[in-house]
Amino acid sequence: MRKLLLALAAAGLMSVGASAQAPLRIGFVGELSGPQAPLGQDMYDAFMLAVEMNGGKLGGVPVQVIKEDSQLKPDVANQVVDKLLDKDRVQIVTGITFSNIMMAVHKKITERGVFLIGSNAGPSPIAGAQCSPYFFSTSWQNDNQAESVGKFASDKGYRNVIAMAPNYQAGKDAIAGFKRMYKGTVSDEIYTPLNQQDFSAELAQVAAKRPDALYVFYPGGLGVNFVKQFHQAGLNRSMTVMSVSTADGTTLPALRDTALGMMTGTAWGPDFPNEANQKFVAAFEKKYNRIPSQYAAQSYDAAQLLDSAIRKVRGKVDDKTAFHAALKAADFKSVRGNFKFGTNQFPVQDYYMFDVVKDAKGRATLRTVAKPLSNHVDAYAAQCNMKPL
Amino acid sequence: MTTQLALSQLLNGLQLGVLLFLMAAGLTLVFGIMSFVNLAHGSLYMLGAYFGAATFANTDSFLLALLAAVAGAAAVGLVLDRFALTRLYERDHLDQVLATFGLILFFNEVIRIIWGPGSIFMQVPEALSATVELFGFAYPAYRFAIIVAGLAVALGLYLLIQKTRIGMLIRAGATNPHMVASLGVDIKGLNTLVFALGAGLAGLAGVMAGPIISVQPGMGEPVLILTLVVIIIGGLGSIRGAFYGALIVGVVDTLGRAFMPTVMRALFERNTADAAGPALASMLIYLLMAVVLALRPQGLFPAGSGATR
Repeated sequence: MRKLLLALAAAGLMSVGASAQAPLRIGFVGELSGPQAPLGQDMYDAFMLAVEMNGGKLGGVPVQVIKEDSQLKPDVANQVVDKLLDKDRVQIVTGITFSNIMMAVHKKITERGVFLIGSNAGPSPIAGAQCSPYFFSTSWQNDNQAESVGKFASDKGYRNVIAMAPNYQAGKDAIAGFKRMYKGTVSDEIYTPLNQQDFSAELAQVAAKRPDALYVFYPGGLGVNFVKQFHQAGLNRSMTVMSVSTADGTTLPALRDTALGMMTGTAWGPDFPNEANQKFVAAFEKKYNRIPSQYAAQSYDAAQLLDSAIRKVRGKVDDKTAFHAALKAADFKSVRGNFKFGTNQFPVQDYYMFDVVKDAKGRATLRTVAKPLSNHVDAYAAQCNMKPL
Repeated sequence: MTTQLALSQLLNGLQLGVLLFLMAAGLTLVFGIMSFVNLAHGSLYMLGAYFGAATFANTDSFLLALLAAVAGAAAVGLVLDRFALTRLYERDHLDQVLATFGLILFFNEVIRIIWGPGSIFMQVPEALSATVELFGFAYPAYRFAIIVAGLAVALGLYLLIQKTRIGMLIRAGATNPHMVASLGVDIKGLNTLVFALGAGLAGLAGVMAGPIISVQPGMGEPVLILTLVVIIIGGLGSIRGAFYGALIVGVVDTLGRAFMPTVMRALFERNTADAAGPALASMLIYLLMAVVLALRPQGLFPAGSGATR
């Protein structure tokens, strides 16, 4: 009797295996532990939300998303990518939260002929000389958000700005991007050690110099520290603070009212009125009970991009030429509205400024106030000599 | 550079100094009396901040938050001492370092499981959210309150250690623990008491820092390193050393960060100065520690030579 049952079960399994389509395997790599985990978590949650809203499918094909934590360590990222490529044999990789991780795995993935849809980090080398046809970005090149703030500061007529950032590559890029577009005087550039938590000494210097505005780049927990201390020193009453990746969806829940009035520059905000965005924000809030961050939006767009491209090739992602063309077309409704790819396969898009306000439920959120840059192409696209597939 | 700016930077240094003192006082006593290296002292600071932030968020009372942080951290310290660390007192320092390093990882993970990986919010108490006018400039009221509270605790500790019987035993323990034990004092109980006192002070430092810096897993480690520098400069096992050491480190670190970049720009070309200034500023206290170690390895105010008085 038992044997019979087993045989029946086996037969049943086989018939299921034969009839159902094998799922398309997608690797997700992000920072999912440590102080920067809220960024990676938002990216993963939004990607999975898109998959769920499509009934477990992208482009009409069932997908299996394999989640890996890169722990903000390039060596760990290398290991998990090896596993995704060799053991899981994924056809697509997405995510990648930080630039140092991107630099560690970009070459390895693209040289395998596996498509990499980056949804956050956009370091300059892969936008320029090291660009690859297998890489697409649904976020921005790292300098772009800072450029948007620089342009905004010029438009506003701020004549004298102090710039502050942690003393590492991304901090220097954030200040370089700002200066590229800002016409006034940067009267001081203050670099603090990456592990410095207390900015009392620097804030006292800023208070003494009385600039028209302050421009800062302090991601994650550093941003929480900075904004609270800026507020406590009473400087919010005497100058505007403009930022990149400081007051964003991941830090606002911890900053609350102290961030009110801060300006921030990026490509997407939760208040965008387009239909795709309204649907995304409502679904994200319903499922996760928080306002999505820009990182969530970028990752949601990565899923929508994949959805459109997989549908175009009817699930045949192995036809790389066709799949590449389908991705390049970017034939999907972005939550940003305006979205297309440039020659280096980074977005050519609009950049906005937001200020922090209270929403109807009393939560701090971002409100669109200006659009400093339209159809903006990053500064490195010209250095990219895109090879054919 | 105006006098007001210099004064406000001096206050900033003092504020960092008193926070470091709260951390250093406990750590130096534990080391002085039990000859025990406790790297998990930073975790008690983190626990204090979390206990305080959670209490403040739920009760809106900063006093209750202070109480919860101090009592909570002291209770954890007590349990830790009784159940985990007493076994390590007789072992050598390397074993203690390894075990307490393990505790750091343990506590960070526990915090992550309970409160999540991101930072949690702790507001400045309403009454201290503005600035105060001092010598003609505005200074954050909350930072000023930290200075006052820190100095008050320092005075309290001084009285406890100099004027009470317990304090006398602690002083004796720091100078010659074996003799104290031979005289029939319950040295084990004294150890636990000192450990819990130190833990409570670390918790107090954590909750007071909470509204300034982000309350997140791993927040104790950078403070722990500064605290170790303070103890080495001040002299192991000496409360007085911890006090002066903490003020010296706080002021040197703050003034370095404030004025080093300007000094460097006067000496070097702009790009070099921008790269080297912040790096050199953050190295200053370690240079100071190296100089102290070279010239006065026992620290500036060592214990046992009458310096605890």
